Amino acid sequence: MSFLNVENLSVNYGVINALKGISFHVDKGEIVALIGANGAGKTTTLHTLSGLLKPESGTITYKDKNITHLPGHKTVALGMAQVPEGRRVFADMTVLQNLKMGAYTRNDADEFQSTLEMVYKRFPRLEERKDQVAGTLSGGEQQMLAMGRALMSHPDIILMDEPSMGLSPIFVNEIFSIIEDVNKDGVTVLLVEQNAKKALTIADRAYVLETGSIVKEGNAADLLNDESIKKAYLGE
Amino acid sequence: MSFLIYLINGLSLGSIYAIIALGYTMVYGIAKMLNFAHGDFIMVGCYVIFTICSTLSGNTLVGILAAIVLCTLLGITTEKVAYKPLRGAASPLAVLITAIGVSYFLENLALLIFGADIKSFSSVVSWSGLSFAGGELKIQGVTIVTILSSIVILIVLQLFIHKTKEGQAMLAVAEDKGAAMLMGINVNKTITLTFAIGSALAAVAGALLCSAYPSLSPYLGAMPGIKAFVAAVFGGIGSIPGAMIGGLVLGIVEILSRTYISSQLADAIVFGILIVVLLVKPTGLLGKVIQEKV
Repeated sequence: MSFLNVENLSVNYGVINALKGISFHVDKGEIVALIGANGAGKTTTLHTLSGLLKPESGTITYKDKNITHLPGHKTVALGMAQVPEGRRVFADMTVLQNLKMGAYTRNDADEFQSTLEMVYKRFPRLEERKDQVAGTLSGGEQQMLAMGRALMSHPDIILMDEPSMGLSPIFVNEIFSIIEDVNKDGVTVLLVEQNAKKALTIADRAYVLETGSIVKEGNAADLLNDESIKKAYLGE
Repeated sequence: MSFLIYLINGLSLGSIYAIIALGYTMVYGIAKMLNFAHGDFIMVGCYVIFTICSTLSGNTLVGILAAIVLCTLLGITTEKVAYKPLRGAASPLAVLITAIGVSYFLENLALLIFGADIKSFSSVVSWSGLSFAGGELKIQGVTIVTILSSIVILIVLQLFIHKTKEGQAMLAVAEDKGAAMLMGINVNKTITLTFAIGSALAAVAGALLCSAYPSLSPYLGAMPGIKAFVAAVFGGIGSIPGAMIGGLVLGIVEILSRTYISSQLADAIVFGILIVVLLVKPTGLLGKVIQEKV
């Protein structure tokens, strides 16, 4: 059994059939990319994994545990963190308070301190701005905060939703190299991206989502050279 | 000298509004709903104290504690039974109308149990108060207790919100329920806790209100409830210091205009000021601009 296994997952958004029985898996230590156009169902997939949305049918297994119907606030404690689309940092709170919220499920003060130092080491800018209100950070800094906040929960897997959205090319490169670093430290990554080229460059494997169905899957390197992918998603 | 007395009385009435407004503003900030039954929780608290202290001639402190416990349970139950099922409703009006329904339900329940005749409430504060300037300036005990209570409540509430994990979770839920859930915060539990705190405060406000204005009727919570709502909006709904300031300003304006202008026009002046403030600053004194999320 894979680390994270999704079997025949269907999700409805009101009357819209957002996911039509998709199946995929993520192995421990991998970076798996989920690419596709706007409205393909990428965010729906992540929200269902995190328990924010309830699936119509199908099963989600994580660390050999059926988490299909687990409420949203319980998935974090199992080691699954999400960096949501649009960052969604707590804008009125300071950077440090945001990071504390990330560690909400953790109760050990020493562990909190060491995790905080680890996060600050990875994002020195967050330490510099720890007392600044998060809403006043730039988009790239907010993305870093959202990632740092997710890391504060000590995740085994991070679900990343459109980390490059709205960022300048320099920040995009920085964010993607941080994702690779985080992965090298042993955190499995499921990456949802519209920037397919970037995503396929750092991913091990990828799935292509089109209007709620997976239409293609394979090694990221192979997909990068796939003619139909090139045409539809890489703009070549 | 008499001006000072009126000012202090205004401060005292304002403190009661402020304590009620805290309940309104917290529930609005966190659950994003207006609990229009909040004023009636005050009435329930008053009748509980009345029953225990006057009918059963029990201890005052026991009466107040019982009112706090019962109001807290009432708040939690109301939220669970009446509001929670509607949280995902297509229109926010559904839960608003339900709140008005709960308000009528409680008023009529009180009417059924206690009857329509006005009962006299004996003050929970037995201390007669302080005298200054050779008896010229006399401040009633209940007035002092009311003002002190509101200060203590504000401080404790601020400490709770800024220094405890649950308090921080409240702020997170107030800002973004989905993101809060992703942090592992149980949003439903946080909302329940908010209702519990707001309702407990309503019981305290009830004890103070009925001690200052000792006539008990099933509708006694309606007007203070609405005024406290105005205070919360005036101060910037969702803001705790805002509710406090709004309540105090409202109480002082009401007492001063009742004294110096006209007792009939006092309420009109209060609401007139609200309209002016909202015209100039639509988010209230301390309210923040809510950015539309794209």
